Amino acid sequence: MNARNRARFGGAFLLLLAVLAIAAPLIAPHDPLEQDLLSTFRPPVWMEHGSAMFLLGTDSLGRDVLSRLIFGARAAITVAVVAAVLAGLLGTALGLLAGFFGGRIDTAISRLVEIWMAFPPVLLSIVLAAVLGAGLHTVVIAIVVIDWTRFCRVIRAEVLVQKSRDYVASALTIGLGPVAILRSEIAPNVAPLFVTLLSLEMGIAIVVEAVLSFAGLSVANDTATWGSMIQEGRQFVRQAWWLMALPMACIIVSVLATQALGDGVRELADPLMRRSKR
Amino acid sequence: MSPVLAIRDLHLEIDAQPILRSVALSIAAGEICGLVGESGAGKTMVGRVLLGLQPENARVSAAEVRFEGRDLRGLSARAREQMLGRDIALIPQNPMTALNPVARIEPQMTDVLRMHLGLGRAAARERAIGLLEDVRIREPGRVLRQFPHELSGGMRQRILIAIAFACRPRLIVADEPTTALDVTVQKQILRLLKELQTAYATAILFITHDLGVVAKLCDTVSVMQGGRIVEAASAAMLFASPAHAYTRALLASTPRHDRPGDSLKPIPTALTAQLRSEAAALPGPVPGARAW
Repeated sequence: MNARNRARFGGAFLLLLAVLAIAAPLIAPHDPLEQDLLSTFRPPVWMEHGSAMFLLGTDSLGRDVLSRLIFGARAAITVAVVAAVLAGLLGTALGLLAGFFGGRIDTAISRLVEIWMAFPPVLLSIVLAAVLGAGLHTVVIAIVVIDWTRFCRVIRAEVLVQKSRDYVASALTIGLGPVAILRSEIAPNVAPLFVTLLSLEMGIAIVVEAVLSFAGLSVANDTATWGSMIQEGRQFVRQAWWLMALPMACIIVSVLATQALGDGVRELADPLMRRSKR
Repeated sequence: MSPVLAIRDLHLEIDAQPILRSVALSIAAGEICGLVGESGAGKTMVGRVLLGLQPENARVSAAEVRFEGRDLRGLSARAREQMLGRDIALIPQNPMTALNPVARIEPQMTDVLRMHLGLGRAAARERAIGLLEDVRIREPGRVLRQFPHELSGGMRQRILIAIAFACRPRLIVADEPTTALDVTVQKQILRLLKELQTAYATAILFITHDLGVVAKLCDTVSVMQGGRIVEAASAAMLFASPAHAYTRALLASTPRHDRPGDSLKPIPTALTAQLRSEAAALPGPVPGARAW
């Protein structure tokens, strides 16, 4: 698949997901919390005993799986966008500072990153969840607090490379100050890397949300998320495997879509890559 | 008349290793001064120090560094930024890497105009088009919208020359401006440089290893070897009667189209050894010399 198609596929899927998430109450065929104890463990419509009433079947309490998946997209999209952007901004700002100014600033930030990365991330998020209480904001904060280091390290390394380039020296010789050089020479050259990292981070955020939901540390039990669906489905995996498989599939496709979008956009946005495609 | 640039006793050390020793240079207004020497002689470092681009771990000291009578030692970062690009400019060595690959030509040209001359966006654009015409680039309006990789090496070097001349600086440091280009393009670029230099009466410190170029272009020449200047003279004098043994060896090692039969002689190793021991005996920085 070429860059344009990758970007289109990823973008289209994420847009669809976003529309589903925003318009969930209008689109979902059922209330995601509505229980129908007379029709529990219904399989999806294409399997034996499936019914058109519940296109993707029902869970142990007779709740409609399709509706729950659609409402689950809300948590996934929110976390993916908000957490990834916040982690990206924080990490990139510190990475730019460390790489560009070097010296003591670099030492301070780099040591902080090293110390930070020595914490086991899952334990750190469990502690955060315990302190802040369960909820979507906890998931976002946990991801930002843990993953800004990824941006910081990679961006810092790239800034060091950029700083030694001739065009930065040229910019110095026309009398550009540090702020102007950071803005007009270094930032645009670091941007493609930032886009790639951001898309990676969106995928990671979706997975982390699922992991925390699975561990019961994400949102309250009455809200449907893909992670909590997997966790519930796990108990019945022998009777009704689709309860676990369907939310997993949602996660996998969403993560793939973020990667495809990031990859495609980076190639389309980078004049150097554009040239090599010609 | 006082020179545009006067350097005396410039020393530079990196990790206690002397790179430049007692370098002295004097360039008069509107004059092209060639700085020649082998690779590693320290030519480029002299240019870099002038522009404040020396490596961070370099220790620089000098008895005198004056630009138009103004002491450049201990200049504040702010004052240096104001001076670079406006009074002293650089034509870099490699046009292929000296332009920002992800930015269009226009902002790269107009930055210097807007900052130093305070021009607005439209006025700076007008000026940039004029400059591109000066360096014989066709369709300047279109070129301004292009990215560096869409242009040839010769075009990029013309653009860099245009940027260097943008604010009519009094001194330009040209660091091997044609080394990275084809021979045919080299000639055009040198002619262009000479034209602009004459028109604006700019002094140029022309760093090169090409004695042929020096003979054609330069008014005065300083020959560098092992971090010091072994001979400085007017170009005519230097080529007619080179005084220093190293200069003679350097000339003998250069192909000459006016004497096609001559065989080329490598620089004798005995001579380089002798020069090295001479250089080692040179005094270091004067204790009183101000650190830069």
